[in-house]
Amino acid sequence: MFDTALTVNDLILLAKGAGMTLLVTAISVFFGTILGIVFGVVRYQIGPWWAAPMTFVLDIFRSIPLLIQLVLANAFLTAVLKLKMSGFAVACGVLSLYTAAYCAEIVRGGIESVPLTLRRAARSLGMSWGQDMRNIVLPLATRVALPSWIGLALGVMKDSALVYIVQVVELLKSTQILITRLQEPLFLLMICGMFYFVISFPIARFGGYLEKRWSND
Amino acid sequence: MFNYNFRWNQAFNSLPQMLEGALVTIEIAVLSMMIGITVAITLTVFRLSGNRFLSAIATTWVEIARNTPALFQIYMVHFGLGGFGIHLSPYMSLLIGIAFNNAGYLAENFRGALKAIPDTQTRAARSLGMSSGQAFTNVVMPQMLRIAFLPMTNQMVWAILMTSLGAVVAMNTDLYGVTSELNARSFRTFELFAIAAVIFYLLTKAITLSARLLAARLFRY
Repeated sequence: MFDTALTVNDLILLAKGAGMTLLVTAISVFFGTILGIVFGVVRYQIGPWWAAPMTFVLDIFRSIPLLIQLVLANAFLTAVLKLKMSGFAVACGVLSLYTAAYCAEIVRGGIESVPLTLRRAARSLGMSWGQDMRNIVLPLATRVALPSWIGLALGVMKDSALVYIVQVVELLKSTQILITRLQEPLFLLMICGMFYFVISFPIARFGGYLEKRWSND
Repeated sequence: MFNYNFRWNQAFNSLPQMLEGALVTIEIAVLSMMIGITVAITLTVFRLSGNRFLSAIATTWVEIARNTPALFQIYMVHFGLGGFGIHLSPYMSLLIGIAFNNAGYLAENFRGALKAIPDTQTRAARSLGMSSGQAFTNVVMPQMLRIAFLPMTNQMVWAILMTSLGAVVAMNTDLYGVTSELNARSFRTFELFAIAAVIFYLLTKAITLSARLLAARLFRY
């Protein structure tokens, strides 16, 4: 196992793959969270009836395999609409919407966790809707939502392994390329797995710690 | 804008094959859930056993399953085990990979559920003369499974969605595999995968709905 044909160039390929995984994740989580917050707040504000179409669309993103979403989006944008889009752009777009769908759910849960009486009290003190949202709801909802959001961000990082289908060479794909060439699957997969684990594990632990610390008991 | 010829007829002609694929998908998901629940209960027992070695196994399993991509796990089962001279068919690799993932997530759910069951119940059961095994299987476990029913439903949906990852081990009999094979022949990518997406959507809805009905029947007081 220690007698490997892995060269420095191969390691650079792996590092590039890891960088791509992190880049796709960062972009998707960033835009997905912004969209998710907007969707979540709007959904909460307009009530379940008016939000039904939105709920339906967001639910689709959570009920169809990400792999199929990517293939469909890629086929639709490049073959049907004949747009010249890179796989990277498609991957980021789909993953952002995917993140937003889950994030909207988390945001809604966070807002609903703030007792209505507290918000009425804020409004009757003369706060505007915006002030109520910023000063009352935001700090309280964050406590409920942040641990789940951390879980979501890590989930997106793991799911970003699927973007190989739209020709984005991320960590797992670059590992795959090296496996085909070097024929040392176990060793290479160990490196790849270690990378995911080393990033995911401490952050997941931190999320668990926050959840425990912030729970009301 | 749409100078693309949609050929839905051609895609719909392959619907029977895709539905057969959907059956394989359901089969894998159900089997992987059954294996997953069994293993997850075993892991929970390992954690409760107080034996350092056993709980280390359980913790390692759970942390690896939860902190690496499912795609990686399936890939590892197929190609990683090949390094040990164990060569599995794509079907088995996919099944084992998903079951491994399910077991990890479910064990964590079970741990959360256990927190909601007071210790006093175990003590009461023990003082009634039950062995610790009996106390677990007859008193704690039924409640644990009941509390963890909703997460288990979610995991089942995940299992359905995860079957699509068989693509990475050249699985070609499940819904995703059948669709991509049809696609390789006809190149009606959008039409074929749109139909597959609808089938997946209906499958997951059917599961959520039947789980809700089942819960209403099983858990009425």
